[in-house]
Amino acid sequence: MSTARTLATARRVLRQLANDPRTIALLLLVPVLLLILLRYVFDADPRAFDGIGASLLGIFPLVTMFLVTSIATLRERTTGTLERLLAMPLGKGDLIGGYALAFGALAVVQASLATGVAVWLLDLTVAGSPWLLLTIALLDALLGTALGLFVSAFAATEFQVVQFMPAVIFPQLLLCGLFAPRDTMQPALEALSNVLPMSYAVDGMTEVLRHPDVTGDFVRDAVVVGAAALLVLALGAATLRRRTA
Amino acid sequence: MMNNEGGPPSAPPAIRARDLRVVRGGRTVLDGLTFDVAPGTVTGLLGPSGCGKSTLMRAVAGTQAHVTGTLDVLGTPAGAPALRPRVGYVTQAPSVYLDLSARRNLAYFAAVLGTPRRDRAEQVERALADVDLTAHADALAGNLSGGQLGRVSLAVALLGAPDLLVLDEPTVGLDPVLRRDLWDLFHRLSAERGATLLISSHVMDEADRCGRLLLLRAGRLLADDTPGALRALTPGGTVEDAFLHLVDRARVREETSA
Repeated sequence: MSTARTLATARRVLRQLANDPRTIALLLLVPVLLLILLRYVFDADPRAFDGIGASLLGIFPLVTMFLVTSIATLRERTTGTLERLLAMPLGKGDLIGGYALAFGALAVVQASLATGVAVWLLDLTVAGSPWLLLTIALLDALLGTALGLFVSAFAATEFQVVQFMPAVIFPQLLLCGLFAPRDTMQPALEALSNVLPMSYAVDGMTEVLRHPDVTGDFVRDAVVVGAAALLVLALGAATLRRRTA
Repeated sequence: MMNNEGGPPSAPPAIRARDLRVVRGGRTVLDGLTFDVAPGTVTGLLGPSGCGKSTLMRAVAGTQAHVTGTLDVLGTPAGAPALRPRVGYVTQAPSVYLDLSARRNLAYFAAVLGTPRRDRAEQVERALADVDLTAHADALAGNLSGGQLGRVSLAVALLGAPDLLVLDEPTVGLDPVLRRDLWDLFHRLSAERGATLLISSHVMDEADRCGRLLLLRAGRLLADDTPGALRALTPGGTVEDAFLHLVDRARVREETSA
């Protein structure tokens, strides 16, 4: 791995995004608008908004970074730039690190904006520090980037890669505890939800919502999400082949 | 077999293939190729589309899987990490970022090659000038014409002054003036910098611009000779006639052996 090459890659990815202002606007504004929508869906019951709103602050970065990364890396694969880069002295870690840094930076902006609007404008009441919400949101973004990178290896076209979103993200969304507490699910589903990383993202958000301090459960949740992200990034690196048929 | 018009007679070949075979999806794409490419030469790889040219170039660049036999590039097995900064490879389809300008594309690839920051701008400008794109350097690559885009892709391969350039159909779709300019550039790279160039084309009239020709058909090497020697094979006196003559001869040989 080389720091200079990783940073050059991150800069390049951000410059590509900078030439696409519409995507940036969608990435930053859609989560905010959805939160505002949700706030008024629960107009009569603002406390219900607290629980779901906090969970969504963790889910938005995961979903958007998943989509952006999976399509960006699929493009690298189909336009031949990936083959060119891997024929050059670029480490796989440099490429993946560059993507993680660039999209991580974008996720910081997105999550800050969404958390700020939720806490200060929409009166989302959290017992803990908004910084802890932001920490989980950032780890979720990293996980989304990692999952996107990984699934792009199994898609040949952009049509296919978009279909991975319901396949990979929706089951986690249904099982993460957003719709029903995880311990009330059918036991097999509860066991499944215990191994899906999004469950820990939502649990972590709930910890911040309920407790003023950093709890042991919060630390465990953050570590699980971060470790899952690193594991999937490593799997993603294994799908980058210098020689292809 | 050896051709010494560029490098000194004792120099090891820039590319050395012995019984080179590539199988893709159960089909033999390259079938026992044996040849040398001398350093500092411009070698043309000619043949109809689908004959295995691109596969051979990918094997030399080290991006092709399932390669058997011997394939040494600059004295090292093809694809070795040490070769990555020394081999410039241009695929048939332009592989650059469409949402970046030509200059930004080159600056990024120069950073990947490990060019020190202070030398990067100068190298980028020189590569842009080499392919005559200075006037379009700041336009988004996606807004360039097909020919211009191909030249951005070529400029990337010129960065870092590689010892071997592997160019897959670099002159397709270019106007004759530009095509002549690029061939002049290729010869300059070989004469002034001692670079070796392996250039593929399916247009036989580009053959005369090469010092040496490899004729490929259906994964087999039909000829490895100078354009002059190939032209002398037939009364028509063109490389295309020679190609047809060699194909017929190979067919007769196959029929008699079958």
